[in-house]
Amino acid sequence: MLSRVANNLCWLGRYLERAENTARIINVNSNLLLDLPKSISLGWEPIVDILSYRELFYSNHKEAVERNVINFMVADRKNLGSIISALSAARENARTIREIIPREAWEKINELYSYAKENCQKAQARRSRYAFLSEIIQCNQTITGILAGTMTHDEGYAFLRIGRNIERADMTTRIIDVRSASLLQDTETSQSAFENLQWMSVLKSLTAYQMYRREVRLRIRRPDVLKFLLLENRFPRSLLHTLQQVEHCLKQLPNHEDVIMQIRVVENHLLEANPQSLIQEKLHDFIDDMQLGLNTIFDKINETYFYHQQ
Amino acid sequence: MAIRWGNYKVANLHDELLRASGKPRPYAEDLCEYLRNLTDAEILEYKAGADSAIQVMGITFRVYNDEEGSIDRAWPFDIIPRLIDKKEWENIEVGLKQRVKALNMFIDDLYNDQNIIKDGVFPADLLDKSKNFLNECKGFSPPLGVWAHICGSDLVRDNKGTVYVLEDNLRVPSGVSYMLENRQVMKRVFPEMFEKLNIMPVDDYSSDLYDMLAAMSPRDIAEPEIVVLTPGIYNSAYFEHAYLAQQMGAELVEGSDLVVGEDDCVYMRTINGLSRVDVVYRRIDDWFLDPEVFNPESTLGVPGIMRAWKAGNVALANAPGSGVADDKVVYAFVPDIIKYYLNEEVILPNVPTYKCVNEDERAYVLENIASMVVKPANESGGYGMLIGPHSSAKEHDKFRKLIQEDPRNYVAQPMLILSTAPTMVDTKVEPRHLDLRPFILSGKDVKVTTGGLTRVAMIKGSTVVNSSQGGGSKDTWIVDMEGS
Repeated sequence: MLSRVANNLCWLGRYLERAENTARIINVNSNLLLDLPKSISLGWEPIVDILSYRELFYSNHKEAVERNVINFMVADRKNLGSIISALSAARENARTIREIIPREAWEKINELYSYAKENCQKAQARRSRYAFLSEIIQCNQTITGILAGTMTHDEGYAFLRIGRNIERADMTTRIIDVRSASLLQDTETSQSAFENLQWMSVLKSLTAYQMYRREVRLRIRRPDVLKFLLLENRFPRSLLHTLQQVEHCLKQLPNHEDVIMQIRVVENHLLEANPQSLIQEKLHDFIDDMQLGLNTIFDKINETYFYHQQ
Repeated sequence: MAIRWGNYKVANLHDELLRASGKPRPYAEDLCEYLRNLTDAEILEYKAGADSAIQVMGITFRVYNDEEGSIDRAWPFDIIPRLIDKKEWENIEVGLKQRVKALNMFIDDLYNDQNIIKDGVFPADLLDKSKNFLNECKGFSPPLGVWAHICGSDLVRDNKGTVYVLEDNLRVPSGVSYMLENRQVMKRVFPEMFEKLNIMPVDDYSSDLYDMLAAMSPRDIAEPEIVVLTPGIYNSAYFEHAYLAQQMGAELVEGSDLVVGEDDCVYMRTINGLSRVDVVYRRIDDWFLDPEVFNPESTLGVPGIMRAWKAGNVALANAPGSGVADDKVVYAFVPDIIKYYLNEEVILPNVPTYKCVNEDERAYVLENIASMVVKPANESGGYGMLIGPHSSAKEHDKFRKLIQEDPRNYVAQPMLILSTAPTMVDTKVEPRHLDLRPFILSGKDVKVTTGGLTRVAMIKGSTVVNSSQGGGSKDTWIVDMEGS
């Protein structure tokens, strides 16, 4: 398989996952803000921070008010992390590999982009926002389904899944980091009702709430949430699961030894983590380590398969 | 009944299916009878069936559009096929083989001994002014002396019924995928006709192409690595590049996928690392092929690929520099070229062509420009042409000036009245002008496609068949009358 094609598949997976995750985050934040009292004003700034676009955002906007942030995250083409940019990039990637992916998948990706382009104003009004974002999410899920159900599970498919899981791992760590650092007080004993709400929103951002509830029947507590999101290998958006998926996909590819070794390093560090003790700075540092680890893994993949030297 | 052949007017025309109103040619009798019995509803149904087959198969060509980037457009397809009697076709086939054989010998000679110039058959100064002659190719001869491995020659028939060669495309001729796909569509639309008539198949082209390319491999191995080199998704013929790669089981690569090593071999970047490439079926022009040698700005090409080619480590099809033999001034010499190399008379005639470089011929052209077609030597796709009878006096003057400024760059031909074939307009049939592009493969032996791509001017009275300018296509049936 050509390196260019493999690279495009990998990024197709990443961009689609990114659009979906961004839609989920906005949806959840909209809901959360409606529940919180005016005195606890979390606002929209953390959404900008999750994707590390603070600088770009403030170069174009004075205030992180709802209107600006929504526009920035949904429809702003200057923001490469916006839903429209991610979908546009996904479409361009898919276009160059149309012969590789099933026709239906290409058509659906095309359709998704057109839908987002024509309807992104719907994200501004609270009334129509949910429907718009849900459509983005569901369309993505459909594409994932088409790919799983109709594409040969060959090397190309492995690259697609690698991209998807790397992006998912990246997003999971970002959400945990931003939400816990800037929003949540780590008062372990005195759980206020609102902290509860906030941890719920972290779970919901990752569609983990329902699954968490089935696993952990107790009251929502930070260590349990962290444990679930980081270490529950049966939950498809947990960090451990995504890493294992990448490893699993790599095993179908040639020359995977070095990359897998790199994954094991990150995985071992993750498995040693004690969610109970991960508070404030410690949690932030730990997440930083994980992010760096993910970067190293992705660099190694790039080097091994896409940009190898002569 | 929807189609009444009695109302179909072919006066002063040569029609491919009817010799007169209501009188089909022998090989078209069954088809005309079949079409005559169709109701309007059936015609609409078949047209819709063809359209949806084209949609489903994704048969498109690409048009660049500022807002959306590139868009795919379905190429207009007419459901009434164009028929040729196998007996006539066999003669055309022999003529095409003769032509391409001589052209390859001509190119090889130009880049080496230039005997044809020494012997005074081809003027030296014409070569000096040729844009497509590449100094980089001098003194080189590719395996078997074949330069133009894939040639697409455009044939037309005039209203007297004579078949002429209008031009040869020796660089990167396109259209063969439409020929193959049109047949697939027709088999879905008119399966009955394929049972009834003896229609020669076309679908061995992909394997013939593969065999020809594989035979060019510098390494003597069972499965040489063949790639199709495309300029990328924005090229109008990208569909064809992808299609042919898929049909041959070859990788479809872009310039950046290939790299030339210090050993002067070509490699492609794969997830397994670098992998040696033996044959490149390149669909990008010479000028963009190698930034080390040609256009240094080119990002479509592969730096060093000319080095690799000259070292004999990779085969390029078509060979760089083949275009020297397809400019429209060289065209005028093809009968002489055939005579010179093969000592044979030309089987397929050229359209009578006036070389503006010769004083008396130029005088004739300047005098009669209003009734002639004037063509620049190095353009393709119908660009930069003057169609005298359809142009204003102002345009005539403009071309008179152009010719006088640069006579080498122009040839002129009398305006031919191209043959027609019945073409669906709503649920009726009307005559539309057409041409035919067969493809000729040259390797160890020479092979011609069975028929070729029939291009039809969908606009009434028009003779412009190019896809970029309102042309469409038809399936081409070579009908074996003796076998039926």
